[in-house]
Amino acid sequence: MISRRDFLQVSMAASAMLGASGFGNWSKLAAQQALTQDQLLEFDTFGNVSLIHVTDIHAQLKPIYFREPEVNIGVGENRGAVPHVTGADFRKLYGIADGSPSAYALSYNDFSALAQTYGRVGGLDRVATVVNAIRAARPDALLLDGGDTWHGSYTCYHSQGQDMVNTMQLLKPDAMTFHWEFTLGQERVRELVEQSPFAMLGQNIFNAEWDEPAEEFKPYEFFERGGAKIAVIGQAFPYMPIANPGWMFPDFSFGIRDQRMQEMVDEVRAAGADLVVVLSHNGFDVDKKMASRVSGIDVILSGHTHDALPEPVLVGETIIVASGSNGKFVSRIDLDVRDGRMMGFRHKLIPIFSDVITPDPEMAAAIEAERAPYKTAMEEVIGQTDSLLYRRGNFNGSWDDLICDALISERDADIAMSPGVRWGPSILPGQDITREDIWNATSMTYGKAYRTEMTGEFIHVIMEDVADNLFNPDPYYQQGGDMVRVGGMGYRIDVNKKQGERITNLTLLRTGEPIDPAKTYVVAGWASVNEGTEGPQIWDVVENHIRQQGTVKVAPNTSVEVVGA
Amino acid sequence: MDFTRRETLALGAGAVALTVLPFRVNAAAEDAIAAFTGGAAVADGGVNLTAPEIAENGNTVPISVSAEGATAIMLLAAGNPTPGVATYTFGELAGSAAASTRIRLAGTQDVVAVAKMADGSFAQARSTVKVTIGGCGG
Repeated sequence: MISRRDFLQVSMAASAMLGASGFGNWSKLAAQQALTQDQLLEFDTFGNVSLIHVTDIHAQLKPIYFREPEVNIGVGENRGAVPHVTGADFRKLYGIADGSPSAYALSYNDFSALAQTYGRVGGLDRVATVVNAIRAARPDALLLDGGDTWHGSYTCYHSQGQDMVNTMQLLKPDAMTFHWEFTLGQERVRELVEQSPFAMLGQNIFNAEWDEPAEEFKPYEFFERGGAKIAVIGQAFPYMPIANPGWMFPDFSFGIRDQRMQEMVDEVRAAGADLVVVLSHNGFDVDKKMASRVSGIDVILSGHTHDALPEPVLVGETIIVASGSNGKFVSRIDLDVRDGRMMGFRHKLIPIFSDVITPDPEMAAAIEAERAPYKTAMEEVIGQTDSLLYRRGNFNGSWDDLICDALISERDADIAMSPGVRWGPSILPGQDITREDIWNATSMTYGKAYRTEMTGEFIHVIMEDVADNLFNPDPYYQQGGDMVRVGGMGYRIDVNKKQGERITNLTLLRTGEPIDPAKTYVVAGWASVNEGTEGPQIWDVVENHIRQQGTVKVAPNTSVEVVGA
Repeated sequence: MDFTRRETLALGAGAVALTVLPFRVNAAAEDAIAAFTGGAAVADGGVNLTAPEIAENGNTVPISVSAEGATAIMLLAAGNPTPGVATYTFGELAGSAAASTRIRLAGTQDVVAVAKMADGSFAQARSTVKVTIGGCGG
């Protein structure tokens, strides 16, 4: 007898073939003229249920450039496994031709040149066109938002998330889960949750005082679609009060809580669910581990770590779908749900090429209305760049090198630290840098740039602590960010060592001397999770620096030596 | 926005708090287990220990423990200067052998629960709880 896992593997093979015809095989010559919206949306509707997944939009309403990571190291069991495959290895794995639209969308090589050919990506008005097209083929498709929606731009900061709530309501999602939303503060989150007429989910959102499920968020919601009963269980980012300032949302506690996840799966199955979908902000490796420990989940829609994968990953009988970030991709998953089980699927990661997909006029107008009050301030040109400015990657990106330069020169510091967040679009060489661009890379509700003294020993402790949040071999102990970015200091990291032993050769770049554990250094940084942090806002620091430079140039960063990758 | 020289050179408060102590192996924990078991062998399994993987606040970490058929459960924070947390005893009329509490952890360490079963055997569960400075989340 053919097992269900066999069915799913057949689906996986079919999906890969579809990938070849629908995603990976646009020829090198298929630039704007040849690549069409119809090709991007081409999909042979399958089964009886469709899921649409968007995640980690980070308030990017307008088309942007976004360079995928060059360095994305997996440790432990995830060493060399997707999504820890980049560049040429990634293209080889998925059969993507060099220089093709897929190569541009999914890998980092020749980014600046390919960006000239293929243009910007994303834009919520383009996303709306894609969602509408899927709904035209399957009117009752479920649209699920994985969170990190109400954070990340000038308009989002100034409207405290209202711009995203207003525009997303036009898209009519069916459910949502959370991460950066909570950095708006718990009262604002409660207000916006109240305004949103769809399911706000998180089985792991608890009341901190009583350690019981929070009243404001349901663990799951049922939907009847295509004759099937579908349960969508929410999983918010587990480490919010640790990775972000817990003092901004003191009433709430999170955690992975996979025992409760199992209870919720059992509960929805007992209530007759034919299909169990987890809308997750765990991060990809955490989702893989959770899929191996919790039985009965059919589909995990994975967010947080910003990975974009052209095929789902199969763990046991669970498929995990990763849909990228910053509005760059929409995933469509068609499912054959029969006799209370998922018997097959068809999947497509749809890249949102902004020049190819026609904007939805209603959404485009709504976006302009949200931007109107801030347009003059946002569009002011602060300077130009000669270098590609990007952030994603485990250790450093040129955006953060620029931010660290700004912190050192504007705050007169020895060493600068910039948080290893994964959001923030890229700027091409030769482009203007506007105020909006600076905010896209720095905007947050705890952005004050501190200036403080730290001993060499303490700096080492911080570096080890952050490295373990990224390279602990057990994904349940990872927080899903990248390594803290450092200016003015070099170091060597062995990713396979234990906490306390990974970081060596700390060097003050200005003098070339080793960092002395007993000596005190002036450190400037931003995004401290501690209450009462003092200093100017980081976007003002960066703006001053860029204004003084006129045209910025960021030299390649050679101060981090990585071992054991 | 412009900064004055005074503002540029001001040292601000609250940047990073060092509340994390490095893990120390504490022989006192092993001694406490030996005293509880009288040196008997301790099996793995049969004890349910629920602890967060990463503590949201190292000063108050919620821990739950249960072991069906246990007459007593000892809870230890193996890396604390004083590892003993509590020993729960369950009489014959106890509906279930389960307890919850919140404990303070000085740093990343193992939390250990050792259960004494009605037949005099012992079982244990361990869980690593990480205490971290935080920040930098995706």
